[in-house]
Amino acid sequence: MSGANGSRWRPGSRGPAKRTPGSQLTRPWEPLWQFFNRLRPARWSAYVRDHWIGKPLVTAVPMTWLVLFFMVPFIIVFGISFSQSVLAIPPYEELLGWTDDKVLQLRLHLSNYDYLFTDSLYASSYLYSLKVAAVSTCYCLLLGYPMAYGIARATTTRRNIYLMLIILPFWTSFLLRVYAWIGLLKGNGVINNVLMALGVIHEPITMMQTDFAVYIGIVYSYLPFMILPLYSNLEKHDRTLLEAAADLGSRPWKAFMRITLPLSVPGIVAGSLLVFIPAVGEYVIPSLLGRTDQLMIGRVLSDEFFENRDWPVASAVAIAMLILLVVPIMIFQRYQNRELAHK
Amino acid sequence: MIGGRKFFVPTMLAFGFAFLYVPILSMIVFSFNNSRLVTVWDHPNSPTLKWYGLLFHNDQIMGAAWLSIKIATMNACISVVLGTIAGLVLARFGRFRGRTLLAAMTTAPLVMPEVITGLAMLLLFVSMEQLIGWPAGRGVTTITIAHVTFSMAYVTVIIQSRLANFDDSLEEAAMDLGARPAKVFFRVTLPLIMPAIVSGWLLAFTLSWDDVVISQFVAGPSSTTLPMVIFSKVRLGVSPDVNALATIMVLIVATGVVLSAIVMQRQEKRRAREMQLAASD
Repeated sequence: MSGANGSRWRPGSRGPAKRTPGSQLTRPWEPLWQFFNRLRPARWSAYVRDHWIGKPLVTAVPMTWLVLFFMVPFIIVFGISFSQSVLAIPPYEELLGWTDDKVLQLRLHLSNYDYLFTDSLYASSYLYSLKVAAVSTCYCLLLGYPMAYGIARATTTRRNIYLMLIILPFWTSFLLRVYAWIGLLKGNGVINNVLMALGVIHEPITMMQTDFAVYIGIVYSYLPFMILPLYSNLEKHDRTLLEAAADLGSRPWKAFMRITLPLSVPGIVAGSLLVFIPAVGEYVIPSLLGRTDQLMIGRVLSDEFFENRDWPVASAVAIAMLILLVVPIMIFQRYQNRELAHK
Repeated sequence: MIGGRKFFVPTMLAFGFAFLYVPILSMIVFSFNNSRLVTVWDHPNSPTLKWYGLLFHNDQIMGAAWLSIKIATMNACISVVLGTIAGLVLARFGRFRGRTLLAAMTTAPLVMPEVITGLAMLLLFVSMEQLIGWPAGRGVTTITIAHVTFSMAYVTVIIQSRLANFDDSLEEAAMDLGARPAKVFFRVTLPLIMPAIVSGWLLAFTLSWDDVVISQFVAGPSSTTLPMVIFSKVRLGVSPDVNALATIMVLIVATGVVLSAIVMQRQEKRRAREMQLAASD
């Protein structure tokens, strides 16, 4: 662009420099392109453009990767969830096996799923995960909505600074940000020390290994995911609507409740889903800050796998989580997209 | 209520930013503390740089950091290539058989709980090793493959939304002038989506650099990444050299983000000025 600027004709200057053929060779690979172009027969070009075989080839590259490393793994997990735990490497029974009289046998055990429903550990930790995720999402919304509102209404310079400040922690390590809260929340941590020095409390409050600590950890880690979709929604609002409401005598609070809030529902839904979904399966935050007597479902799965080495039950937990969490969300999003398409 | 809003929103903004930054600042401050008790300020002997010295002499942390950098770099490069192709296919190739499948497989990793992805990847690697003998054991290769699988989904989303932002008239014009698809891509599309590719690369790097759960599943005994080391250290309680490590990482990231913001603002200003000049001609 600066080149175009430099050769701009201005009064008094000698005019734009004449283009010599050599000056077009700005890129080193230009001769290569020209060479290949000369090799190409003219009719091919039209054929390739219309019936380009590259399209399926190009599509096949990411497709192969994702089918092999994303879809096949889930088929395997699904298979192993019907297997039985044995003392071997790997510690599960093959689904297909030969019996003594050379009959190929398919053995599917439903015992793992039966176990999930009979042992109350799984249901209670799943419900507990839902509760923690829901409460944290509410807190995130309560803090994130006013912040997003403030950012959307700020002047352009300030807005850029605010957005940068929101995104900056996201680029630093998630693990270290959760770790930072241990130093603040623990018995002889910063918060307790400050409160005791101020004389507000006389003995330390227990904040670590409570639900409260997990809520803080989740809100802290996922706040940007709540604010950014809300901001991009609130920023697009037509402010003349609010002016019209004010002209018609509506008070700001009422105008907010009747205009801004309903218009921002898509942003609220998007932000809440982005916080809620990862929070349900969260593993790191409850491991570092949370209770030890009540585990979240992500921790149950990993304990089942690493501590008990019961791969089939771990797989069954994963499949149950998928059916109960991920599938409803994908259907919901599909439905929402269709709604949007109708409008 | 006007007065209320004028008071309430700035208060929440200030509170929110304090909430975001106080933990980071406290971590930085206590990295200069002499005492092993991270949160009690040892007044006469602080500030000190001793934890930084210990950090750089800790072979376990330095080795893990180097391994993490290698994995994150490989992951970012592969994810950018695969994610760009997937984003291009989804944004530009129109309807084709399998499009729904591809779209589902590039959004599912974004909502998938990490423990499930980790478990699924590990079971795949175990089964593959039984069937075809590859990958032999678990280590850098398996971690990288697992990271690419979820990072490329993020890159795809970025590229796809960037491509959706401008229509394909430039690409069509190039086609009409006789350029072949590969040439159109490298000469027209690629320069246009370059900013998205750069931010996709950085995001993929960060995701891999940060990941602990999936790595824990697919890592072998000899390959411990930096987040895995930090996680096992932190589980036992706070330790001051982790504070020092965090401070270094925060400083690097903050410098990078601020610099890129300045560069981007300059470019935007220059573009605005050029547009103005072009309009006044």
